[in-house]
Amino acid sequence: MLYDVTIDGKDYRLELERADAGWRCRLNGREVQIDAVLARRDVLSILIRGKAYEIKREHIAQETHLWVGSVRYAAELRDPRSLRSRKGSAADEKGPKKLFAPMPGKVVRVLVAEQEAVEAGQSILVVEAMKMQNEIKSPKKGTLQKIVAAEGANVNAGDVLAIVE
Amino acid sequence: MFKKILIANRGEIAVRVIRACRELGITSVVVYSDVDRASLHVRKADEAYHIGAPAAAESYLNIAKILDVAKRSGADAIHPGYGFLSENAKFAQACGGAGVKFIGPSPASMEMMGSKTRARQEMEKAGVPFVPGTSRGLESPEQAEQVAAKIGYPLMLKAAAGGGGKGMRLVHTPKELKSALQAAQSEAERAFGDREVYVEKAIVNPRHIEMQVLADEYGNTVYLGERECSIQRRHQKVLEEAPSPIVDADMRRRMGEVAVRVARAAGYTNAGTVEFLVDEEKNFYFLEMNTRLQVEHPVTELITGLDLVHLQIRIAAGEKLPFCQEDIRIRGSAIECRIYAEDPDNNYFPSPGKITLLLSPSGPGIRRDSGMYEGWTVPVDYDPLLAKLIGYGTDRRQAISRLTRALHEYFVGGIKTNISLFRRILTDTDFQAGKVDTGYLDRLLTSKASEVMGEDAEVAAIAAGIFAILDPASVVGNGNLSPNPGNKTVGGVAVSGWKKAARFEALD
Repeated sequence: MLYDVTIDGKDYRLELERADAGWRCRLNGREVQIDAVLARRDVLSILIRGKAYEIKREHIAQETHLWVGSVRYAAELRDPRSLRSRKGSAADEKGPKKLFAPMPGKVVRVLVAEQEAVEAGQSILVVEAMKMQNEIKSPKKGTLQKIVAAEGANVNAGDVLAIVE
Repeated sequence: MFKKILIANRGEIAVRVIRACRELGITSVVVYSDVDRASLHVRKADEAYHIGAPAAAESYLNIAKILDVAKRSGADAIHPGYGFLSENAKFAQACGGAGVKFIGPSPASMEMMGSKTRARQEMEKAGVPFVPGTSRGLESPEQAEQVAAKIGYPLMLKAAAGGGGKGMRLVHTPKELKSALQAAQSEAERAFGDREVYVEKAIVNPRHIEMQVLADEYGNTVYLGERECSIQRRHQKVLEEAPSPIVDADMRRRMGEVAVRVARAAGYTNAGTVEFLVDEEKNFYFLEMNTRLQVEHPVTELITGLDLVHLQIRIAAGEKLPFCQEDIRIRGSAIECRIYAEDPDNNYFPSPGKITLLLSPSGPGIRRDSGMYEGWTVPVDYDPLLAKLIGYGTDRRQAISRLTRALHEYFVGGIKTNISLFRRILTDTDFQAGKVDTGYLDRLLTSKASEVMGEDAEVAAIAAGIFAILDPASVVGNGNLSPNPGNKTVGGVAVSGWKKAARFEALD
């Protein structure tokens, strides 16, 4: 298997194959001796030259995190042969951007009307959770195309709140 | 002894009291709101009754509904935990009226301590040292100016009915006084329905140290040592320890004797806590009395070897204190971390949601009082306290090292928690030297965190690929675990979760 992996913004090319006694692993073309056991769902034990690592995986909203010990890494994984994933990274700056709810809660205020111009970093909505209010800001300069979650709506983490074009 | 106790609370403290009930052979009854059906306290109790909507006023604060459950279930006592109705004198009164024993002090003691101005007046009579200021509410800005001139700046305006930092203002100069007074009064009005505000001399960077007291219903009152609670954020405690690194045996005895005097003046029974402000010269001043079991009671339990909830229940059942002051020995050191569902990267904003992975620490010197479990969704409606992790050792250094080790073992996935904050505090040299005050945590958080060097990024990169091969089905969207029936395989390997995430970002 060939993967393009991005860890905290840095890209790696990873080649993984099952070998007789374990794995054949090449990271950026360099051979690495590894042994890996899935201890349980989302928990991996990896040995690299005798050094033991416990890796935990979690997904929060739209992100995947890998924790090595107590350090968190943001991880993305793509199959380089997939057209879709390539298009994905190219589409980052252009086109519509969605605003996601960072936590479950309730939309208590919508600060901008549809079709209004917005600046990058401008507050669009206010989500309340556990008695605290959090402003959700626009990821880019543009126009507020659509408000998906109206005032008073209950939302889950990762729900789309609005779209900025 | 009681046969059945109703616990009018939720979360870790409800579980704590359930455990004590089981240990004492008492049947436990809990109540729950719409969003707490799956909460741990409902799973662990002997009996559970639904009481209404998530809003606390409709459920955990609703006296009529709770007393109705007490009656229906045949409970002979009620333990209020902390928060909610625990310091509500009307509730204690209503329990008495309904023939159910309230496990706590009398309504009269609660009322006296519930009003900070009234408590000050009573303590003044009892000769208890407190921070210079007024014992009555301020009547006008003019009167405030006169009083302020007498006690000097900086000073603190405080709501008589206050708590949690609401209706509180620090005033540095005379010209800020009038607007600060108005702001404090209107905030107090909004928060507590009572605009009474009084003034105290502000003690700059005080320590917050409290003394645990215990009194039976026969006039026996003892103190169980202090807790250092200076590490706070937004006036909420974050980490507590016992004993305090600055309190020696002599100071402990003097503070303890004052605390016992406070409790006696209030006619206090059951467990309570007398809070003090301590200045840089180690002068201590009475601040207030909390008429309930504290969140941080485990640190006192560990260094005294006593079980405060057992003792609360036994005292309420009419037993005499089974020991006297001379029997109480402080041994070792204990530190508690309050694990909150909070996002350290987003100014410690609450972060509820589903816990997708939970790895819990154990081993020597570790106690964990938790209200969460893997697969449980933390509701948005209540306080974000998830669990308390307490480290105990022969001395403070060992308690710190055990707790640090246990925090390393602790992993809560799917939601954000403040676990990383405790690693930062426990490795900080000022904390290790015991140099803390109520401004400590804000200072630590404004100083730049030493960048955790991501030297294991390559390990993470390899793990990303191995997860995709060995554990591809674990796909979490919207905080819910769901098997993904539409898994596509690419090159013989399912990469659905990762690909889904990539698509999610790509947008059409």
